[in-house]
Parts: sequence; structure tokens; C-alpha cells
Amino acid sequence: MSGIIKKISMLRTGSKLERSKKSLRARSSIVLRVYRANKAIGDSAHYDTFDVPIQRWTTVLDALLYAKSYKDTSIGIRYSCRMASCGSCGMKINGIPRLACYTNVSELESGVISCEPLTNFPLIRDLVTDFHQFFSHHKSVRPYIINQNADLRDRKELSEFIQSPREVDEYLQSSYCIKCGLCYSACPTVATDTKFPGPQALAQAYRYSADTRDTGSREDMKTIDDKHGIWRCHFAGSCSSVCPKGVDPALGIQLLRGHMMSFSKHNKKIAELKHHSHGNQTT
Amino acid sequence: MRTSNRRGLFKTAEEDRNNREGLKGWLNPSRYGWERVSYWLQRLTGLFLLIYFIGHIYETSSLTGGAGAWNAMLQFTETPWGHLFLILVIGTSTYHSTNGIRLIFTEAGRGLGRPGRPDYPYDALSLNYRQKSGIWIALILAAVAMFYGGNVLFGGD
Repeated sequence: MSGIIKKISMLRTGSKLERSKKSLRARSSIVLRVYRANKAIGDSAHYDTFDVPIQRWTTVLDALLYAKSYKDTSIGIRYSCRMASCGSCGMKINGIPRLACYTNVSELESGVISCEPLTNFPLIRDLVTDFHQFFSHHKSVRPYIINQNADLRDRKELSEFIQSPREVDEYLQSSYCIKCGLCYSACPTVATDTKFPGPQALAQAYRYSADTRDTGSREDMKTIDDKHGIWRCHFAGSCSSVCPKGVDPALGIQLLRGHMMSFSKHNKKIAELKHHSHGNQTT
Repeated sequence: MRTSNRRGLFKTAEEDRNNREGLKGWLNPSRYGWERVSYWLQRLTGLFLLIYFIGHIYETSSLTGGAGAWNAMLQFTETPWGHLFLILVIGTSTYHSTNGIRLIFTEAGRGLGRPGRPDYPYDALSLNYRQKSGIWIALILAAVAMFYGGNVLFGGD
């Protein structure tokens, strides 16, 4: 059943690409609407429009950089890698959070492209937002491996952690997070609750909880098991639909919640048992 | 790390609501697919049922005033608008309960599949056909219940 649905969605994606190519052939330029605001100098919010020539390969970031180079150098924009690895150029493009470098102009199928700063992030200027809140939440879930026994200086037997491919698969996709903040911007709970850690932080909590190398329990942490924590997620799924790296935060959050409610197997216990059995064999 | 005594754009992260979408964030369900529509409908139907529940308590409490008071209260729903309101109650309660059952399983980590290695175009595993089927079943059941209710209420005797 899932295979059939996947094939149908691939066909739809293919026809969508064909349509976007056809629409692009008829279009050699687009109108770029860029949100402008600089509260520091009392500049009120407004939109500036720019005519930008496009090619088949033009991304929204390319279009913005063209406007910045040849039309208005004062456009505030943050970017770096241009290949969807750094997560710097997240913004709302035609109302949906996307990476500007990862969004081809042709796939938007529109002659007017609107660029706005990511919502739910404090605005600094134009398309640039403040990620301080976001990273505070990220840090609050202790996004690193906690293993009290992993003192590699004295305990040579722990110099490597053995994991099966299946154990790696449990957390691998969550580890692809580039912290671009698109999920945080799309989340309706983040929109109303500043204390909610957000999909990114909770997905990272799952990522380390599911890692068999980690022995620290995150479920008892106040930021997660709290009325503003994981229980505020109501599975709107928007975080997963906008994620450019296939992290699927909604999946991680639901699995972590199932684990906290003891609906799923205790992976940590299994890992500890394996670790002890492995240790007994080597000694 | 920023300190907590910063002002303006740089005030404490926990207090800063600048550029938050607020209620607009969930009042517009059109941008993110069926799961977001389902989330929106679940909330709206929940609020509607809460209002209905308060009204229902008020209505049934009229029983303490005797049969006359109860019959007078019933007259409110004996009009076409009253019938339409009751049909809406039938539809919202059916959708809310059916979709709620789906969410009980989903929010416990069931029906989502196992995490794996994502491939381009990175379709989210959690937004799978099981979830979409659940949403559609809830919508269809609500429509059928409303149709049946309408038939009973407006069908006459």
C-alpha cells in the first residue's frame, strides 16, 4: 500500500516538475517582494519589489543576491554555504518556511515571490532573525552524548562503541538536523508558547535518547516533561513537512513521548544489557 | 551566552514575543497539508463542543424547574436553526472523537513507522498514509453522521 502511494507521489512530483519547467520557459524574470524592516532606526515594516532575471537553475537565494548586488545593497540577509548544509538562509518564501538556497524559483510556479523573515523568531532586520531563543531551547535538552563510563583515558575497553545498523537507524535521521529553524517557525505551538522547546529541540532530545551510546536519561528533564514541554505537541505535522533534510521532528517527538509513557521498548535497557554482555565476553 | 538584563531586541529570550505568529499561527491551516488541517479542525471542534457542553449543562439543569421549564427549554432546538445547530454538534462530536482516537495512538508513537535513512525528496515518515487515512475516515464519518442526523431532524414524522 505504502509502495503504491509512494509511486503516485513520485508521479505527481514528476508532473509538477514538468509544469514548473514549462512555466519557466515562458518566464525570463520574476518579481521579488522582500520584507524590509529595521526597528533600530525606526524603519517601519514594508515590502520592496525587485525585477530579477532568472535562469533554469536560479534559486531564491540567487535572486535575492542579484537584488542585493544590483538593486539595493542594504537588503539584510543571512546566508553561507548555498547548498542546504549550514541552515542560515531560512525564511518564509511565499508564506512557507524554506531554505532560500534550496528553493528553485521554478518550483514555486509563481511570477511573484515573496520573501519574509521566519516567524516565531525575534526580528533583527529585514530577513535576518535572532536565533538566541531557538539555541537556548536546543541547549536545554543537553544535545550531546552523556555516558558516565566513557572516560577514554583510563578505560581502554570503552575506546569504541559498538552499534548495529539497526541501532544507528533509530537516531540517524534525527542527527541530520542543520538547525535552520524552519520547523520552529512552522510550529503552531511555538507560535503561542515561548517556553515550548519546539520541534527541533525535542527531536534532538529523541536523537540522543535513542542513541545506545548515551546513558543519560532526558525524560525527567523539566524542559521536556513539563506542561510547556513535550505534552504541548499536538501533532500538527508542520515541522516535518517543512524540514529540508528529512529529519521528521514530529516522528521523533511522538516516539519520545511513547517512550516516556512506556509504550515503547526501553532501548537503553537493551543497550546496557548488550554492553554488559559484550564486556563480559572481552574480559 | 547573552545575559538576562539586555533590552529591546536583545532582551531575555524567554520573554521575547517579537515576531511570534500567535493565534494566527493555528487559525490559518492552509499552508502545511492535511495534518495541519486536522489539527485546526480538532481545536475548533473542541472549542465548539466546550461551548455546547456548557449550554447543555444549562439546558439540562432546567429539569429542576419541572416539566414546563424543561419543555420550554426544548423549544430552542425545535426550530430549523436549532436543528442545524444539533447537526453541527453531531458532526463536530463525531469528528473530534474519531480523530481523537487516531491521535491517542499517534501521540503514543503508534502508526508512525520506524525511523530510517531519509532519501530525497525527504517525504516525512510520520505524515504517512495511515495518518491521512485516519483524517479522511474522521471527516467521512462526520459527514455521514451529519447527513443521518439531518435526515432524522428534517425528515419529519
